[in-house]
Amino acid sequence: MSVVVAKALEKTYVAGDIRVEAIRGVDFSIEPASFVSFLGPSGSGKSTLLNMIGCLDPPTSGSLLVAGQDITGLSRKEAARFRGEHIGFVFQDFNLVPVLTVYENVEYPLQMVQDWPSAKRKARVMELLEAVDMAEQSGKYPNQISGGQKQRVAVARALVTNAKLVLADEPTANLDSETAGRIINLMQKMRDEFATTFVFSTHDPRIVDNVEITFTLTDGKLSQNLVPGGTRHA
Amino acid sequence: MLKIFNLAARNLLRYKRRTMLTSALITLGVVAVLLFISVSGSFKSMMVGQITDSMLGHIQIHKKGYVASVDSLPLNRNLTGKQINKVKELLEGDQAVEAFSMRIKFGAMFSNFTETTNIRLNAVSPKAEMATVPLLQNRFLKGEKKGLLKKGEIIIPELIAKGMQVKVGDTIVLVANNKDGSVNGQTFTVRGILEGLSGPGGRDGIIHIDDARSLLRIGQAEVSEIAIRLKDIGELPRFSDLLSHELGSIRNKLDKPVFEIHTWEKLSPFFNIAKMIDLMTLFIKIMLVAIVLVSIMNVMIMAVFERINEIGTIAAIGTSPGKIMGLFVMEGFLLGILGTVTGTLISLVTMYVLNISQICFDFGRQTGLLLAPTIEATDVVTIGCIVIAISVLASLQPAWKAARMDPITALRHV
Repeated sequence: MSVVVAKALEKTYVAGDIRVEAIRGVDFSIEPASFVSFLGPSGSGKSTLLNMIGCLDPPTSGSLLVAGQDITGLSRKEAARFRGEHIGFVFQDFNLVPVLTVYENVEYPLQMVQDWPSAKRKARVMELLEAVDMAEQSGKYPNQISGGQKQRVAVARALVTNAKLVLADEPTANLDSETAGRIINLMQKMRDEFATTFVFSTHDPRIVDNVEITFTLTDGKLSQNLVPGGTRHA
Repeated sequence: MLKIFNLAARNLLRYKRRTMLTSALITLGVVAVLLFISVSGSFKSMMVGQITDSMLGHIQIHKKGYVASVDSLPLNRNLTGKQINKVKELLEGDQAVEAFSMRIKFGAMFSNFTETTNIRLNAVSPKAEMATVPLLQNRFLKGEKKGLLKKGEIIIPELIAKGMQVKVGDTIVLVANNKDGSVNGQTFTVRGILEGLSGPGGRDGIIHIDDARSLLRIGQAEVSEIAIRLKDIGELPRFSDLLSHELGSIRNKLDKPVFEIHTWEKLSPFFNIAKMIDLMTLFIKIMLVAIVLVSIMNVMIMAVFERINEIGTIAAIGTSPGKIMGLFVMEGFLLGILGTVTGTLISLVTMYVLNISQICFDFGRQTGLLLAPTIEATDVVTIGCIVIAISVLASLQPAWKAARMDPITALRHV
């Protein structure tokens, strides 16, 4: 079953007399454990599409199923709960909570969103920190680690709830070339290890070179390109 | 709740200086209120105690119209024997009454054999008077306090003692005319000299009630006033109402009430000062509320504004609007707690220091009054609850704003 299924999806913003059609009736689906990117120039609608998939912005019309659930009519509270259970986020600026340690940042969704018991939580957090090779830095605060390390923590935080879908908005934009490469490799490894679907909104050719499917958005319309060179780790 | 508490505490520690400044402002407000309540409250209760326990009693009963003409100390407005018996019967049958004292008040000529002046006198039965106004003996500046006085003795106010150069043990003459206008004189020995007090009767001399009857040639039992002391001053409104109801129904031949009942509050001008103190306390409390409201609201608005991106992040990863709101309300609550606890501790320590420092002050003609600030636990708890409640209230609007924030807009915020 597809992780994301969109049919005739539209998003229109209205501000006074101005009407902007950000997404114009797109159809697509994303399969489980795939590596997918949305490409397109600024203003093409890729962030809007990612926000709709992430349950942050409701579509104007059309249907959108994420993890088998129609998310078009969710309330704020239901949408928050849905995101907490099914979707992980990786941001361009890492967005770690500065007053929490590396360990606590990864633990946050389990403690504040899902309410896992302490022992189970600890085991899961350590599993993820080891997977992203940050276990030794677990007591440090975000301002004590590098940008690459922050993004690794962000990846661990996105995956800690067993989310089947991770949305990453320009995850390598603030990283140097070497670190960006490591983060891409890490996400591929995580995809292979946890069967997680990664959806990117990016301009970074290193990500584009590694995805299996690229959706190109132009003025809110979509075209799909299969990328034969996309790497899939077994 | 614990995890929200933990996160809120860390967020407050993130901006240590701002947290310290805000809680210092709340602390200052709490200290100001608690110290004002303790100092003014103890001053008020001390003054009320002095007035009721050394002079007025808690309630006084007179013949209707007596108080309006009290300046002339009219003898023709005394309560008669029958009326006194009615009151005695009522007072002796009520458990709330601790004691009562019959008094004859009159004016006389006071002579030391070389000079003469006017004096206002209170004629009392010593035992009943001591039971009704137990602090009266504390006003003795000179002379033997024990037993108050005997027949043939007089206690004179300090101003007359100074002005007439009369000492304890001296003999003086009182000359008075009775209600018929006939004049009579009698010699007295000065038993003691009494400190003056502000308010009615505060500069009166005291003689034995039997001497007054003989001097004024009062044949039958009659008195000017009956002063009453209650076991519990908290019973004052109830007992005053009861007396008004019981005695108010007694009417003379002209169908006019025979008695009038006054609580100390109506007789002493200090009651207005006490009311002013209560009003000032209320204003200080309102100022505290304003300080807490403005400072917490300001800090919380700043906190929300500075953490918009962070709010977007935690909202995006699934934190419910209720938890986001709870987080910011908890921060306001913790600021309130911090200010309240610190302020209360500082206030209690300051009160302790003031008490052991034995600071004295003057009030009117009363000098050397000891400042002994005390505060009821209920007052401390009430102020604490007000501050904490206002802290929570002040953080509600910023917290609601944070909870309602659109995650996309918040995440875009730089």
